[in-house]
Amino acid sequence: MNTLTLKPSRLFALGRSELTLLVRNRAALSLALLMPLAMVFGLKASLSQYDLEGGAAAVGEATLTGGIGMVLILVVYMNLVSAYVARREELVLKRLRTGEANDLEILAGSTLPSGVLALTQVAVLVAAGAATMDVRTPQNPVLLLAAVLAGFVLLAAMAAATSSFTRNVESAGLTTLPLFLASIVGSGMFVPIEMMPEAVASVCELLPLSGVMELVRAGWTGTGEAYDLMGAALTTLAWMVITVFAVQRWFRWEPRR
Amino acid sequence: MTDTDRTVIEAEGLRRGYAGGFEAVRGISFSVARGEVFALLGTNGAGKTSTVELLEGLAAPSGGQVRVFGLDPYRQRSAVRPRTGVMLQEGGFPSDLSVAETVRMWGGVTTGARPAAEVLALVGLTARASVRVKQLSGGERRRLDLALALLGRPEVLFLDEPTTGMDPEGRRDTWELVRRLQAQGTTVLLTTHYLEEAEQLADRLAILHEGEIVLAGTPAEVTATRPARIRFTLPAGVDPARLPLSLRAAAEGQRVEIRTDRLQGSLSELLRWADEYGIELAGLDARSASLEEAFLEIAQQRRDHDGLGSAGSLGSPDSLGSPDSLGSPDSLSSPGSLGGRDDRMAGTR
Repeated sequence: MNTLTLKPSRLFALGRSELTLLVRNRAALSLALLMPLAMVFGLKASLSQYDLEGGAAAVGEATLTGGIGMVLILVVYMNLVSAYVARREELVLKRLRTGEANDLEILAGSTLPSGVLALTQVAVLVAAGAATMDVRTPQNPVLLLAAVLAGFVLLAAMAAATSSFTRNVESAGLTTLPLFLASIVGSGMFVPIEMMPEAVASVCELLPLSGVMELVRAGWTGTGEAYDLMGAALTTLAWMVITVFAVQRWFRWEPRR
Repeated sequence: MTDTDRTVIEAEGLRRGYAGGFEAVRGISFSVARGEVFALLGTNGAGKTSTVELLEGLAAPSGGQVRVFGLDPYRQRSAVRPRTGVMLQEGGFPSDLSVAETVRMWGGVTTGARPAAEVLALVGLTARASVRVKQLSGGERRRLDLALALLGRPEVLFLDEPTTGMDPEGRRDTWELVRRLQAQGTTVLLTTHYLEEAEQLADRLAILHEGEIVLAGTPAEVTATRPARIRFTLPAGVDPARLPLSLRAAAEGQRVEIRTDRLQGSLSELLRWADEYGIELAGLDARSASLEEAFLEIAQQRRDHDGLGSAGSLGSPDSLGSPDSLGSPDSLSSPGSLGGRDDRMAGTR
């Protein structure tokens, strides 16, 4: 990675072909479109068991913020791991590196369709939630948007890192499982963090997606101490640094011989 | 004109080792001048692709250095890439995109790209523009790959086995295209295991064997290092031992083979002898060395070498230059003399 420049025209060209491929890949497309929806219903059922302070509104908000996390995990992370592995195994990444696009552009260009799709779904969640559930609209939309974007960048980088130890598209279902499970269980999606024993909660707060999720919740509810938010931001930043290092160190541009 | 104006590709003491200790490229040096077509020839596993990937800047060498336009193609990637076009040994296109979509995508990451229609016409894929890559034949994929390599009107073109998988017509078309590009001043570095291809296209070539250059020069120079060959069958009852000793003939029953680097002289001597004794040489066949022969001998030596495991005698430096060893029939069957690396030949700088 000798340059960090991003040329919009190159990103657009790469993103456009990736979008065409996503639309033509029925399995990946239905996973990206239908799974988040299904998971939101699952979330609501799970969260309703807890006696959340704030009643139905709190359950609604937890469901929708959890849904945002779900979109990030399913649409950005899992989808991109498959995309990176598929392009690597088809030698597309290697071929692209013989051209003018730099490494960062090649990796970033592939994320554009997932990014657009994820942002659209988040917007739908916000609108649908406000319309059908008894919840407020996001109280701090700027923080919410920043959190979603940070989550997108972190998960795209984690997808690149995960692809390096994923041998083929089929095994992506397995290699993405640890982060998926850790996030839905430990980052406050299915189980609210305040319902966990304190010792467990303090460990769960350090999981990769926990910081992002805390910022998303704070953006929606407009609550949260500055001190806690700073901690969440730092956790996210730390994971980004670790992940970028892992990608630079281990990312594979061509199949194993 | 400075040196970098004339020399566009320069490899010096190039080495490439892989994890696990295998060294695919073992200290090779050569240079390619602007406008030249240079071929790297070798059997599978000789190190052609490993070498080309270093020149393309896909990997950093583990030893030695590469310069393309005087720049490091690996570390100074952004300066080198806009001026080079690359065709990898194996495609690298998403199988669900159409030909036109693939060209459009590649055009989006290429400075000054030719229009898609123009480049598809160049490689003869116009009629297949809307076909998905996965439905293309092997030869069509090579054409598409070539189209992408040509998209940015590169000054230097790297072609790794460009015609493998093509039918004879596709191969001829590709050769024609390479000649046209060369006429327009493009420098071409290609690898191939088709000798005809190297003979047809290359101004100079290098034969790679086990990661080293064993022979290099113009096709004529390379074949000139190989002995010419005379073959015939003696009539029953004529002992091959009666042949003049100076011919150094090798006989198998009545079939005789003579290796010589003075074809005319040896042939005259043979014919005078036959005339003198009234002997008819059935199936007389005399021919100069071809690139194919040079190549096959090296490949043969590799098999012998693998089979016998005798690395000791490989590559004696003077064996090729010395007429003595070349003329002797023994030299053909002995692994020792064939891998001989003649520095006068290989030393094309």
